[in-house]
Amino acid sequence: MRIVVCTKETPDTAARLEINPDGTVSWGDAPLVINPWDEYAVEEALLLKEQRGATACTVLGMGTEATKEALRSALAMGCDEAVLITDPALKGADTLVTSYALAQAIRKLDDVRLVIFGRITTDGGTGQTPVQVGRRLGWNILTFVSKIVDLDFTAGTITVERMLEGGKQICQSRLPAVISVMKGINEPRTPSFMALRKAQKMPISEWDAAALALDPAITAKVKWPEVFAPPPRQGECEMIEGATADEIAAKLVERLTAEKVV
Amino acid sequence: MGGVWVWIEQQRGEAPRVSWEALGLARTLGDGLGQAVTALVFGTNATALGKEAIQRGADHAIVCEDATLADFRPDPYATLFSKLAKERQPAVILAGSTACGGDLMGSVAVDLEAGLIADAVSADLSDGAVRVTTPVYGGKLLARVLIPDGCPQMLTVRARVFPLPEPDAGRKGEIEAVSPALSEEEIATKVVVFEGPSGKVSLTDAAVVVAGGRGVGGPEGYEPLRELCEMLGAALGASRAAVDVGWIPYEHQIGQTGKVIAPDLYIACGISGAVQHLAGMRASKVIVAINQDPDAPIFKLAHYGIVGDLFEIVPALTRAFRNRRQ
Repeated sequence: MRIVVCTKETPDTAARLEINPDGTVSWGDAPLVINPWDEYAVEEALLLKEQRGATACTVLGMGTEATKEALRSALAMGCDEAVLITDPALKGADTLVTSYALAQAIRKLDDVRLVIFGRITTDGGTGQTPVQVGRRLGWNILTFVSKIVDLDFTAGTITVERMLEGGKQICQSRLPAVISVMKGINEPRTPSFMALRKAQKMPISEWDAAALALDPAITAKVKWPEVFAPPPRQGECEMIEGATADEIAAKLVERLTAEKVV
Repeated sequence: MGGVWVWIEQQRGEAPRVSWEALGLARTLGDGLGQAVTALVFGTNATALGKEAIQRGADHAIVCEDATLADFRPDPYATLFSKLAKERQPAVILAGSTACGGDLMGSVAVDLEAGLIADAVSADLSDGAVRVTTPVYGGKLLARVLIPDGCPQMLTVRARVFPLPEPDAGRKGEIEAVSPALSEEEIATKVVVFEGPSGKVSLTDAAVVVAGGRGVGGPEGYEPLRELCEMLGAALGASRAAVDVGWIPYEHQIGQTGKVIAPDLYIACGISGAVQHLAGMRASKVIVAINQDPDAPIFKLAHYGIVGDLFEIVPALTRAFRNRRQ
């Protein structure tokens, strides 16, 4: 009864991003860290292992040497093993290709009952990968999970609360399933110094396209010819001043009425 | 063969605004490609929503008003959608960028091995291919994205970016009813309960958002903001700092690890403007910042700034809007 957590590395969210002359994205000195949403996924997997009798937590990532940073963070939190999918052929993968490679890796691991993703990554940020991995595996898909209400590995049932735009939904489904979790589902643990050191020394398995028997005919459909900074805002900020709060408020309401936004 | 398809989502028989905005874009792309626009609506009230889709710009509608499709569930929705798409081969497929829209489009893209672009904020045609701009890194940067040789080309569109097409009661079109692809016994997922917050506006759909950060000082500091929200029919937002200290639930968080929004008016109260917050609201049409600190980064992005105590300014604003209304 294995749980797989999928993760990747992203620039720290405090980073200021710039475009290099060659068109690539630069985040200066900011570190690459585990995608912040994935910490909730890892924590949820560890809680399920501790409380619901999952036998192993495997963390899975696709990328390059830099992805190991995210995998090691998950190991330091308490995952049992880490697998890196890495192959030059996967460069430029879109979510169709990424989901294909992840699904193949999940098929290769034995006895996987649940796959957990963070709801989205803070880089490409499509939120499509969890859905597409679920669809490729033919497993039940539960995205935007804000709470696991019940999970029974033996009976193969899962009940979750999902946070949708219009409100909260409670869903019952069956394992195996692929879920994506929201911030706030738990409080991710902070690894101890010893755990961090231990994680640095743990082996990380590396699987390439051949190991996963990837069909070279499945290629990226989406191209990203250009990344650019949003145009800077035109014009200055108009500071609104006045003798009293009511005077300031009246001036602002006048401006907003003229802008036709209220 | 061909055609531009748009999925009209329904929750309890009502379509979210973003579905109609996606339909508006579908109409523009359909006109550019010289292809018909078809709306697909499943579940409660599908026929009536199909009719509304035609009034708002679709040429036809395909509807399936079956009980298995009352609530959105990925499996029955995607299986039916993909079956129809495989039979009829649309060139372009659009949906609103919502939780359900992402589930459906992600699943259908796998079934069709088609390229899918999330969260379009602009779209046009280049040699018959849809060219899209989409935010990346939580909106800190933008990417131009293309599906060069993918047929069909799929995209979800971000809320409140594309114009809302108004209904024209004179428009007529065919409404075709189809059968579901799966029976209830074949669907593992059951929706037990749906709790919609009564009378509240969702953050992503709201025309006006009033948000509070560390400057509100505590959970009770949101009260004056709530009163202003009520006055304006606005949704309440928050910065990560305020969510992380537990003053307000996560569902209100705006920013790179929260919701990314584009209201007509954004009023930031006691929010200094960390980069990850700015990424989530920079697309707002008019930004007002109220902050004690004249050097707060939020003023660099704001159109109107007020240096002052939000506990004086915000209630004064509520009074001023009330006076204007009377």
